[in-house]
Amino acid sequence: MKARSAVGLLAAGAALAGAIVFVRTKSAVEREHVDVYFADGSMVSLESGSSDGDRLLPLARRALAAARG
Amino acid sequence: MVACPRMDAAQALADLTEISAQIEAAVLADHDGSVVASTLADDGAAKSFAEAAAELLAAADDVRAEPGSEPLVQVEGASLDGSVFVARDDRHLVAAVTKPRPTVGLVFYDLKTCLRMLEREEEAKAAKATKTATRRRTTKKETEEAESESS
Repeated sequence: MKARSAVGLLAAGAALAGAIVFVRTKSAVEREHVDVYFADGSMVSLESGSSDGDRLLPLARRALAAARG
Repeated sequence: MVACPRMDAAQALADLTEISAQIEAAVLADHDGSVVASTLADDGAAKSFAEAAAELLAAADDVRAEPGSEPLVQVEGASLDGSVFVARDDRHLVAAVTKPRPTVGLVFYDLKTCLRMLEREEEAKAAKATKTATRRRTTKKETEEAESESS
């Protein structure tokens, strides 16, 4: 009986952890951003809401719109 | 023989769209945004795309403006509708658009391959042109020497 409860708890915990990872990953992927890469291999990620992000995102959207007509 | 960079660029872009299924459209341009080649049928759209890509690169350059900082080499702008990628070398920039959530590393790899192919083809043509010009000069000199000896 105790073993079955332990397994149930473990399964519930794993399901919860999986759901959290899924939601966090999905929201991170769908967030608008501009990633700037430099010659030394470093990268700066600028998200909407930051000053550089808000400056660069409209330009990226404009380029996207121009290419799609 | 005269090198034809536009033909090389068109071939490089054709190869790019052939190898990368994620890329919807692409343009090759000079750093000022002048179009060299494009996969877009509309010249006006290609010009607007190239100019917007050049502007994005120029604006992204200001992210690290302090002296001695590493130069910018590539940018990805990801919106909910799709992504725009811009990579550059010493002479050109190449920009491409994809659907949302592309495989970023692969797209950049393909863009850089396109720039490398173009550079290699231009170098090969320039070397061939130089070799031909040298051969012509040598032949002309030999002819002149032969003529002066016979007279």
